[in-house]
This record gives sequence, C-alpha cells and structure tokens, in this order.
Amino acid sequence: MLGTFWQVWITLITVGSIVGCGILIVYTSRGMRKEETTETTGHDYDGIQEIDNPLPRWWVFMFWATILFGLAYLGMYGFGNYKGVITVTVDGQEVNWTAHNQWKAEVQAFDAEIAPLYAKYSSTPVAELIHNDEALQTGQRLFKSNCSVCHGSTAKGALGFPNLTDKDWLYGGQPAQIVQTITNGRQGAMPAWEAVLGDEGVNQMVNYVRSLSGLKHEAALAEAAAPKFLQNCAICHGADGKGNILMGAPNLTDEIWLYGGSSKQIEMTLRHGRAGKMPAHKEILGANADAKIHLLATYVYSLSNK
Amino acid sequence: MSTAIDHPEYNYKVVRQFAIMTVVWGIVGMAVGVLIAAQLAWPQLNFDTPWLSFGRLRPLHTNGVIFAFGGSALFATSYYIVQRTTRTRLFSDTLASFTFWGWNTVIVLAVITLPMGLTSTKEYAELEWPIDILVALVWVSYVVNFLGTLAVRKEKHIYVANWFFAAFMIMIAILYIGNNLAIPVSLTKSYSIWPGTIDAMIQWWWGHNAVGFFLTAGFLGIMYYFVPKQAGRPVYSYRLSIVHFWALISIYVWAGAHHLHYSALPDWAQTAGMAMSLILLAPSWGGMINGMMTLSGAWHKLRNDPILRFLVVSLSFYGMSTFEGPMMSIKTVNALSHDTDWTIGHVHSGALGWVAMVSIGALYHLIPIMFNRKAGEMHSIGLINVHFWLATIGTVLYIAAMWVNGIMQGLMWRAVNDDGTLTYSFVESVEASHPGYVVRVLGGAVFLTGMLIMAYNVYMTVRAAKKENAAAVPAQA
Repeated sequence: MLGTFWQVWITLITVGSIVGCGILIVYTSRGMRKEETTETTGHDYDGIQEIDNPLPRWWVFMFWATILFGLAYLGMYGFGNYKGVITVTVDGQEVNWTAHNQWKAEVQAFDAEIAPLYAKYSSTPVAELIHNDEALQTGQRLFKSNCSVCHGSTAKGALGFPNLTDKDWLYGGQPAQIVQTITNGRQGAMPAWEAVLGDEGVNQMVNYVRSLSGLKHEAALAEAAAPKFLQNCAICHGADGKGNILMGAPNLTDEIWLYGGSSKQIEMTLRHGRAGKMPAHKEILGANADAKIHLLATYVYSLSNK
Repeated sequence: MSTAIDHPEYNYKVVRQFAIMTVVWGIVGMAVGVLIAAQLAWPQLNFDTPWLSFGRLRPLHTNGVIFAFGGSALFATSYYIVQRTTRTRLFSDTLASFTFWGWNTVIVLAVITLPMGLTSTKEYAELEWPIDILVALVWVSYVVNFLGTLAVRKEKHIYVANWFFAAFMIMIAILYIGNNLAIPVSLTKSYSIWPGTIDAMIQWWWGHNAVGFFLTAGFLGIMYYFVPKQAGRPVYSYRLSIVHFWALISIYVWAGAHHLHYSALPDWAQTAGMAMSLILLAPSWGGMINGMMTLSGAWHKLRNDPILRFLVVSLSFYGMSTFEGPMMSIKTVNALSHDTDWTIGHVHSGALGWVAMVSIGALYHLIPIMFNRKAGEMHSIGLINVHFWLATIGTVLYIAAMWVNGIMQGLMWRAVNDDGTLTYSFVESVEASHPGYVVRVLGGAVFLTGMLIMAYNVYMTVRAAKKENAAAVPAQA
C-alpha cells in the first residue's frame, strides 16, 4: 500500500504528464491555419526558415488515441492503490491483476490441465514403466528442462556432476533410491584433510588412492599412506575403498572420478574437500511434483537398465 | 553556402577536433562491436583471454559507440549549430577546449579500464567513480558553455535544434550524476548508493534516457539543422516542432520502467512506464514528419545527393524504431520479446539506422566547411554514395537477423508439449540462433567497411584542403 502522499505524488506526475500532452495539443492548436501554406514564421537562423504549417491531422488524431490508450491502460492494470479492472483466477477465486497473480493463474490453469496426463503413469512401477515410450519421452523432456543444466542434456554429467548413464551410483541406483535422491536432494561432504595429513601425507594419500584403481603411482608412497587410509578414510569409503551409498562416498577402486582422477585433481580433493549438492526437487517441480519425479526416475533408471 | 559575413569569427577548432574524433571513435567502437558479434557466433574468438572476452568488451563497444562516437558527433554538431544559429562565438573557448580533451581522456580511460574488468556493473554506466567524476566535470562545462552561448546570442529567438540540445544535455547531467552516485571503497571499486529494486529503477531511468535524451533528443537537434540545410528547404512546421519537443521531453523521462516488466518493480510503476512509452509514439514521430516534410519540393535532390540520402534514410529508421519501441513495451508483447535478440535488433535499428546515419550525413556536410571548403566538397561524392549503400545494407542485414532470432527465441522458450514440458531446452534455442549471429557479423562488418571508406574520404578531403589553404591567402571562415 502506498501512503496518501505517494499515491497523490505518482498520480500527479503520471496522469498530469499524460493529460498535459492533451492540454499542449489544444493550446498549440489555437490560431492554427486550416490548410497547408508556404508562409514562414519570419524567423531565419543561418538561412533556415520555418513554415507556419498546421499540425498534420492524422498525427493529432494518433496522439489523442495514444493518450486515451495510456489512460485506459492505467485503468485496466491498476495504478498505485487503485487495483484496476482486469482480473485473473487464482485458487478458484477472481482476484485483481498483478504480475504475480497472472503468473499463478497461468501456472495453476496449466497444471490442472496436465494433471491427468501424469496421474496415469503413477501406478506403474518404474521398472515396468521404462518400457513405455511415451512415459520415457515425457521423462526425458522433464530431465532436459530441470536436470540438464548440471547433468548435461545427454545425462553424462560433468566434473562435479555425476554421470547418470553408467552403473556407478553414489546413493544407489534402485528406483526407490533414485526417487529419494530427486525428491529430497543429497548433500555430499568430503572433508578437507590438508591440516590432518600435512603436505607429505597428502602426497602419500594421492598415490594410495591412485593405486586402488591401478593408476600410475609410487608404491612406496602409497604403502606409507595405507594405515592413514584405514584410520581416516575407511569410515566412509570402506576399508577396501569401495565406497558406501549410505554416505554417498564414492567407490575409489573403479575408473569413475566425480572430481577427476589426475594426481592434481585428487590432491585438490584431499586438501580442500568437496561439497556436492543435489537440490531437493519436490518444491522446485511444484504441482504434480510426485508424478513428475516418478517419470524422471523412470527416465534416469532407463539410462542404465534398458 | 556560408557566404554571409555578418557574424563574428566562430570557434571552429573544437568542432573540427570533435568531427575528426567522431570518425575515429566510430571505427574503434564499431570494430569492437564486430569482434564481439563474431564471438557470439564463434566463441573460440574469446581466445581464453580475460581482457578479450565478450563480458569485458561488450561494455567497451556500447560506451564506444554511444559516448565516444555519438558523444563526439553531438559535441561537434551542437557547438557548430549553436554558433551559427545564434550568430555568436562560443561562450568560452577554454571550456570548449576542456570538454574536448576531458571527453577524450574519459574515452581513453574507458578503453583501458573496461577490458581490465573494472566496472560498476551498471549498463551504460560501467565506468568507475573517478572517471564518472571527470565525466560530470566535462558535462557540466559543456552545459555551461552551451547555455552561456545561448544567453549571449545575437539572434532574438532560439532555434529548435538548440532546444533539443539544451534539453538533452541538462537531463543527461541530472540522470548521469544521479545514477552514478556511489560509495567508493577503493580507487577502482565503488558500490551504488541505491538499494535493490530502487537501484534497478534508477538504472533504467538513466538507461532509457541515454536512449531518449542522448540518442534521440540530441540527434533530433542534429536533424533539425542539417536536414533543412542540406535540402535547402524551410522546416515544415514550427508549430509541430513546439508540440513534439515539449511532449517528447516530458514523456520520455518516465518510460524507463518498461525495461523492468515482470520484475520485482511494483506493478504500477511498470504499468506507468508502459503507458508513457506508448504515448511517446506521436511525439517521436513529430520529429520524423517535420524532417521528411521539409523535403517536400526537394525530393528530386535525393537522386544525386548521397548526403541527403543518409539524412532521409536515418529519419526512416528513426520512425521505424520509435514505432517498434512502444509496441515492445506493451506487457503482452514484452513477455515475448524480453531477453531475446529482438531487443538487440531494436537498439541497432536506432543506433545504426538513426544515430549513426544522421551523424554521418551531418559530418559529410560539416567537414568540408570546417576545412575552408564549400559545403558538399568532400574528396569524393561517389565514395559517399558507396558508404551510403554499405551503411544501409549493413543495417538491414543486422536488424533482420536479430528480428528473426529474437522472435524465434521468444517462441522457442515458450513452446510447450502436450505433456506440459518445454519443447526446447535453452541450448537448442542458442543453436538455432547461430545463422542469425553469422548474418549479424556480416551486417556489422559491411557497416564498418563503410566507416573505413568514410575515414579515407575525410583524410583525402583534409589533405587537399590543407594544400589549398597553404596556397591561398587565409580566408575568414
């Protein structure tokens, strides 16, 4: 709500400027010739003269038309505390137009229209639904709109964003686990070990981690790190380094690297830690969220199970 | 043309300086524009070099063409017109000289700081606070010098071109200073004093009037002198110039909110900005009608006067983009056009078609006179004609490409499948825009080629004039 002063202030400026244009036309039209002329005003500026021609009639007409349109526009959409005559339907109620209400009305009307489309898939289990091409297509489109920004439009991921087409799952690849991941999100937390391990310790651990998947490493350095791994890392990654889906701790023995497998990249991960975040999508997806997540999970599951 | 001698010796030095720099900065600004247009088509052209990247060069392009090229054109022509239409020498030669060297220092500082990434982040107001202070000093000197000249004029009335110049420079002073108020934290960094949404509103109050006053009112001043002068005809209607002047300057000020449709700005402010934008149509067209109708009885001159062609085509583009602008500010149209290349196309139909073309026409008229030749005695009229066609074709290629891209992007972004999902991902709209981006590079390059031809023509004219002047007894200008 605007205070009285501000309501009067904006009205004076806006309506005043618009009405002022009308007054300007009327005022300037006084004593105007009816027809075109060749007579000048008598002024001469560096050889330039000005003819005393009347305002073009069609132009004056257009000017008045826009003035009326402008005032009508304020009346339709509202101005300050005056709410305007246009209404939209939000939550089944006629309410005044605002940009926010217009958005809500459009989204609600649309969601209501498409709800049955989604509902018809909800009772089919994911493992079965992957054979329904229509459901997969909708799932893929939802993926492109909502997930491809991080996971890529082919779902192959990027540095820091998991590839969803391999069989490697940080938090599990069963349908229920995928639904859980999309619905509530995940928060990966690899602590920073620089302070605990020291420069030498980090270097040793890099070699140990690389040894787990058979990458090039220095055996002596790796060996020195083995007890430290059991002491500090095994709690999440397991004694054998195969990871733990309850923690989202990656398997270190395969050749899949979320943050890169070069010595430099592993060193960065060890020194400074990593914080992976998969946002919770239940609220982001809005209306029909559960049905949409069901289709998204179907699409993601299909990528490695079909 | 100017054979009358009942006037004092004018200060043509500052006009000459700014006229030459208009050509120089035009080429620099447009060349950067062509480079960044190419970067959008082929991103490798960023060369993985921070100071060559699009984000840093884009403000250099906009500042270069608006303030360096457009600004120099405005300084040159307004100093020329105000002296000749008041039969008075400039109020102060010192201030005139200060504005030239000050303005060019600002531009050089912009060329250095913007690629370094030093920016206040506000569009068309990117320069950091120490440069802003210099801009303000130069601008206030300009206003004082111009209004001072009007105050001591020998002509009883003030010609309409000077009304537009005066309005433009006063509003720009107020809005530039207002929008750039900031708290410095170091020599190269400051923060706006305006918070959040208010900052956005003040920013577009300035931003749209960089268009409305700098690029419209100022250049209408140029039009009102050079069109009747080049056509040798009286201005069509004095009465029309009064109505459209007062309506234009009082309405334009309030139109900026249409840049913030469907944003956090209160709805009523968006609505008011839209209503004002639509009403702006008639006042804008008043200038086009007055310019076009001034030619009635002189249309045949277009056959062999490419300078007049520049001026007339600039008015056509002016009329077109001032029709397009109000349409795009209607909420329902804006919902489609916002954030698309349509906006870029709209800006360039004004910037290339109107601002650049009217300036080029004015310069071709002005430059021979500045070097003691007769009006129209450029080195080559044929090259002016070539330039005219390059400029026209370049502009049309540019804006057509952006119309196609813009409308396509708007439609792709809102396309929805039967199942309620978006039909296209964002990157697909980027992919589809590629041909348009290539055509844009081509259009820009064609326009730039015209400017290079102009530079050659100007150089040859000045060289020939210097020889003539050395041979002849120095004549009073």
